[in-house]
Amino acid sequence: MLSERPVTPSTLSRKDLPWQVKWDIHTCTKCGRCTAVCPVNAIELGVFRKREIKTSMGLSAKPVNEFSTFYGIRQRTDPAYACIGCAMCNLVCPNNSIEPHREYDSTTLQFHNNRGGQSRARGGRRNSSESLLDQLKFIRISMLTDPALDAGRHEFEMRTLLGRVLSPEAQIKCHQENGWKPPVREIYPLVIGGMSFGALSPNMWEGLQMGVAYLNEEMNMPVRICTGEGGCPPRLLRSRFLKYVILQIASGYFGWDEIIHAIPEMKEDPCAIEIKYGQGAKPGDGGLLMWHKVNKLIAAIRGVPKGISLPSPPTHQTQYSIEESVAKMIQSMSMAWGFRVPVYPKISASSTSLAVLNNLVRNPFAAGLAIDGEDGGTGAAYNVSMNHMGHPIASNLRDCYKVLCLAGAQNEIPLIAGGGIGKNGNLAANAAALMMLGASMVQVGKYVMQAGAGCLGSEKDRCNVCNLGICPKGITSQDPRIYRRLDPEKVAERVVDFYLSFDTELRKVFAPLGRSTSLPIGMSDGLGISDKAAADRLDIKYVI
Amino acid sequence: MCRLFALTSRDPVSPMHAINALNVMKEGHDGSGVGLYLSGLGGPFENLKEYPILSGIFTEAGLRRLDGYMADKGLQSKYSLLFTPASEPPVGTPRRGTYASIAYRVPAEWKHLTEDERGQRLVQMRLDLRSSGEEIGDMMVFSFWPDTIMIKEVGDPMEIGEYLQLGREEIHARHILAQGRQNTNYAINLYACHPFFIEGIGTMTNGENTAFVPIMEYLQSRGVTGYSGYQSDSEVFTHIAHYTTRKLGLDIRVYKHVITPMSDDEMAGHQDREFLSNLKKSCRKLIIDGPNCVIGCLPDGTMFMTQDRKKLRPGVVGGNGEAGIYAFSSEICGLNAAIPDRDKSKDFQPMHLDTAIVGPDCREVVQCSQKDPLPLQR
Repeated sequence: MLSERPVTPSTLSRKDLPWQVKWDIHTCTKCGRCTAVCPVNAIELGVFRKREIKTSMGLSAKPVNEFSTFYGIRQRTDPAYACIGCAMCNLVCPNNSIEPHREYDSTTLQFHNNRGGQSRARGGRRNSSESLLDQLKFIRISMLTDPALDAGRHEFEMRTLLGRVLSPEAQIKCHQENGWKPPVREIYPLVIGGMSFGALSPNMWEGLQMGVAYLNEEMNMPVRICTGEGGCPPRLLRSRFLKYVILQIASGYFGWDEIIHAIPEMKEDPCAIEIKYGQGAKPGDGGLLMWHKVNKLIAAIRGVPKGISLPSPPTHQTQYSIEESVAKMIQSMSMAWGFRVPVYPKISASSTSLAVLNNLVRNPFAAGLAIDGEDGGTGAAYNVSMNHMGHPIASNLRDCYKVLCLAGAQNEIPLIAGGGIGKNGNLAANAAALMMLGASMVQVGKYVMQAGAGCLGSEKDRCNVCNLGICPKGITSQDPRIYRRLDPEKVAERVVDFYLSFDTELRKVFAPLGRSTSLPIGMSDGLGISDKAAADRLDIKYVI
Repeated sequence: MCRLFALTSRDPVSPMHAINALNVMKEGHDGSGVGLYLSGLGGPFENLKEYPILSGIFTEAGLRRLDGYMADKGLQSKYSLLFTPASEPPVGTPRRGTYASIAYRVPAEWKHLTEDERGQRLVQMRLDLRSSGEEIGDMMVFSFWPDTIMIKEVGDPMEIGEYLQLGREEIHARHILAQGRQNTNYAINLYACHPFFIEGIGTMTNGENTAFVPIMEYLQSRGVTGYSGYQSDSEVFTHIAHYTTRKLGLDIRVYKHVITPMSDDEMAGHQDREFLSNLKKSCRKLIIDGPNCVIGCLPDGTMFMTQDRKKLRPGVVGGNGEAGIYAFSSEICGLNAAIPDRDKSKDFQPMHLDTAIVGPDCREVVQCSQKDPLPLQR
């Protein structure tokens, strides 16, 4: 650093930064691990010069200056190197001598994170910890008129249906006539949502797949995982584990050449096909995998050249009307697997969701609708999209469920809710609440990274550098020097851990509600909230 | 918990038999309602099997309005059974007016209607009368169907039985459903009082239906006239029975598969596994998640009882095939009081997978398990 820095509009002091690194000179061993591990090079070795004035007693001797030098840690204040608060420095420090602190009064950086005219892009989700889902309470408790169930010992049906379920009349007619039945999968109601190979590191992907396989094959839990828009490793496509996988196709069609060519060699059908039209984190925007994450492996799986940015278009290029985008694409994808695989669209929650849903009700091949709320996470999006675009999931889902009830199709088209579930750690409570508002199942992504791999990101704008390929935990990095930190076996273990604990907690919610034979989908009479406006909007009880 | 008692007999019997049995089970009801469903009628209705009977409670103005309504629709009264109690009502029972059961001759042009269309008209007329009665306050209508009488009132069953003289020979019946209500979470409302009825199917239930709201929403969205009301969470059981047998054309033995389907493991070796597995998926919204015990009667006089596995106090069925009388009761003491002369070793409590059925001939209790092969579908 220059001793006299030029003062420009973007010259910031440490006080201007939201994350300020506190370093303790007394305990620091100067080992250098913190500066080595810092993903954004926010700290560096500091050589400090110190002047001391020595004044002797009496009048005869004149005061003298003494100069000394000492070494330590200096936080850089250039906006490009601002600390992200990940605290990896603290994680590696042998003496706990260093850690970042969040200063909420320091807001200057947010006016200067657009250097070169580049808008801020980041990973994570909406930077707000508010959660309506956390406010929902389960108020209908079985006690005397119907005895409460024993969550630990009673038998619970914890499966849901993914696929177009025929109406009872159509089902019987189909049975009598031996007609075509739309494929329906019985799966666990917590799905790992689409996080692409490319957005996630190979180790993270492998860990998730192993965890899912273990849950299915050892724990008898039919858990499913969606690939996201990044293709699927060829070996997985040709393995029996494909049946646990929901293949996603999105506007970039990345990896679909490989997938289509692998169809004749597939031992199993995939669980389902998800056609992504939108996602909650960045409604109306497409994928944003930048060149620095597109290495040889990612390029090969996606079927693109190496080292180029891969911004997916916001919409499918085949689309020029809703009939085109929804009806024909669903039909084409169904046809590719001989109508044996459920195909459903995923959209970002929006005030136009009902239009899509009404279209699906009339389409006999539509297997469901996934709706992703404003709190959905992503590996890369513009900050403005993430923070300000989108619709909350609860009211959007509720509207959709009620429309299905009007159409009599509430059992025919499963709604899959996502976006902000478990945002504050309350995964089971949030999931149960959404099911009672009408979701057949829920999708989570960010929670999986946080619980499964120790993602450090938070809604306090901590870390959130998934888009840069420098994820300090190796979850979203494509640099083998970084992602080797992440042991796939340990990820798999954590995935199993949080699924089992989710399962227990879900039973702890459903048992007192008296529900065990089927999931309480749409059991809105069991929900209450202390916010009158929210209660009226969701058509649930207002409780204070 | 509500007390249920049902009697099915080859020969018409007095409804007071059922009321007496409810009285024995007195500790379980609180006088918040008693309901009776009578079919296979004896007495003057014996020879009027084809004529729909309107049952309800009317004020004088209500009766006049009813006459006008029926005349407008072209229905003529064929036989009227009107009972206006002379005595003071028991404490807690309001004085309402006339308890009427009136058989009507339908217009000649109805002959061209199909059975379903005729049924729908009758249901629609009942609903119209009910809703206008709720608005004006001059009538309450419980059923409008051939060979069916329904009586509901608030009060202790025995006192109501005496007050309304329910032992009268005019209302002797072969098939009787009777319920003594214990009010739990709903307001005292006669329309919340069991049994419930639609198009020849009557059922009553005790227990708590935890899946009430999703089931109600599903039934309401079927577009079937009469799937409405729902003052009680138990009304859905009647409509599910109606939906299963009339709309889906399935045998009553499939009813249990709809409301409490088997788990995949239980279903594994079943010869109709594919049908049942698909039925479970498509009727997922009709799974009750009780604990509930359901007793019902079908248009041909077949009576059944079934309950889910969470029902810790299961109902019981027993009787005497030679004498041609069987009873379904929520408690054994009710059965003992009604039919003391029976082989008690043959009493049957349908559990987990069972449905107990007594045909109109009242010869035996047919025990069906969900593991049994299904009857051929109609």
